[in-house]
Amino acid sequence: MSDVTWSSAAEIAAAVQSGKVSALDVTEQMLAVIDRRNPVLNAFTAVSAERARKKAKAVDASPDKAKLPLAGVPFAVKNLFDIDGLPTLAGSKINRKREAAKRDAVLIERLEAAGAVLTGALNMGEYAYDFTGENVHDGPSRNPHDPERMTGGSSGGSGGAVGGGMVPLALGSDTNGSIRVPSSLCGIFGLKPTYGRLTRAGSFPFVASLDHLGPFARTVRDLALSYDAMQGFDTGDAACVDRPRESTTPFLEQGLDGLRVAVAGGYFRKGASPEALSALDTVAKAVGARTVEIPEANRARSAAYVITTTEGAALHLERLRTQANDFDPAVRDRLIAGAMIPSTLVVKAQNFRRWYRDAVLNLFKDCDAILAPATPVTAPKIGQVNFTLDGVEMPVRANMGLYTQPISFIGLPVVAVPVPLKPLPIGVQIIAAPWREDVALRIAHALETMGVVAAPRPNL
Amino acid sequence: MADKLDDFIDAAAAALNLPLEPGWKGAVKANLEVSLRHAATYADFPLPDEAEPAPIFKA
Repeated sequence: MSDVTWSSAAEIAAAVQSGKVSALDVTEQMLAVIDRRNPVLNAFTAVSAERARKKAKAVDASPDKAKLPLAGVPFAVKNLFDIDGLPTLAGSKINRKREAAKRDAVLIERLEAAGAVLTGALNMGEYAYDFTGENVHDGPSRNPHDPERMTGGSSGGSGGAVGGGMVPLALGSDTNGSIRVPSSLCGIFGLKPTYGRLTRAGSFPFVASLDHLGPFARTVRDLALSYDAMQGFDTGDAACVDRPRESTTPFLEQGLDGLRVAVAGGYFRKGASPEALSALDTVAKAVGARTVEIPEANRARSAAYVITTTEGAALHLERLRTQANDFDPAVRDRLIAGAMIPSTLVVKAQNFRRWYRDAVLNLFKDCDAILAPATPVTAPKIGQVNFTLDGVEMPVRANMGLYTQPISFIGLPVVAVPVPLKPLPIGVQIIAAPWREDVALRIAHALETMGVVAAPRPNL
Repeated sequence: MADKLDDFIDAAAAALNLPLEPGWKGAVKANLEVSLRHAATYADFPLPDEAEPAPIFKA
């Protein structure tokens, strides 16, 4: 293991378990890479070097080392996860004055219990209300494939850190696309699990109705390994569903046999760039997908938009009253507008959500997974305000989630897979029925084995 | 209509005790217009009176 910067979590864990390399060695190498690359990529907002060394030594000394599925695997988390001893920034200036967290987020505890080593906190769009990865306080997260371009957001540092070889594994959050958008733009794999699957306890919220947490990685197996380690009921999150763990790693190799895959047409092709369509069609062809229509996706996106802006406004109402000048102005103005939406329109959005959920679940009677683009375009330049979709000029910030919003709106599990187009990668969503993360991961792994999807290594 | 929205924004800001500096108002209004357009796409979608939201949302 001479170069850990592009090793997978599974490879690192196997090497540490067998004693070929020490967890401390891996950690030191990774910390050195972070030192070198972070000035360019601006992915980390805090590096927890001493904590990481201490944990790595503990893994090396553990009598159970060989049984730890993530032994010595470095990982980092979007800075909305609580890290013991640090204030939880959630990308904001305001939260810098918060009391330091006294306990790690539950998902960090679970990854560390599996032997993983936390190396730091990652940049993000303010309060997660973002699709670009830009941040007015910390500077933009930068895309490893071209640092002049966006990572996508809001989990921008998570995309940059994994795509840029600074960690094999990262955690982020996804309310409307914040895991799937940076996965697409940075050319990596991301998993947004079923709503209610992974506990959000110890993370800073945004939209309770739509918030999900999940992992980023450069291989499907790494997504599955980390996801399996994080499952389990937790009373600390009111939306966490009491279900037994359902391991996915044992099923990865089962291939496509018996799986019926569809590809979303209509809304999900409108406005897509030639690159997005090329990636989608390549993946669809590889799995023999037939076209389906997801009904009323446009209305679903709109309803998600309104629920987001109003719940976000409710969360931040007091801060808007007392600290309005400390917000990113773009976030502040959207939240103030959100506070003014009549409540009848929010209730109608939730009513529609129930109808739409039933309509989409009906599609899964005839298929096991549905493909859709992850983003309409490859990574735009940092600072780019508008792009042209289908001949219409639109704001980047609001429209990067065009294809992700209607899916997270009803909590379906999605694996975002990277198609390594040149010069920039772009992602495709593999959407499964609720609680069938195993199906989406299996299809993603089959595509990876066929060589159709892969995380391209940037020239850093 | 535009004037009515301006009036609504002023009234809502006062009622909610939200600060609204003159320089922010244009962006707040633009955002509110976008959100209301989004709301209009689903608000007229015909649903029966019995179509209630799921209070404990399950995927």
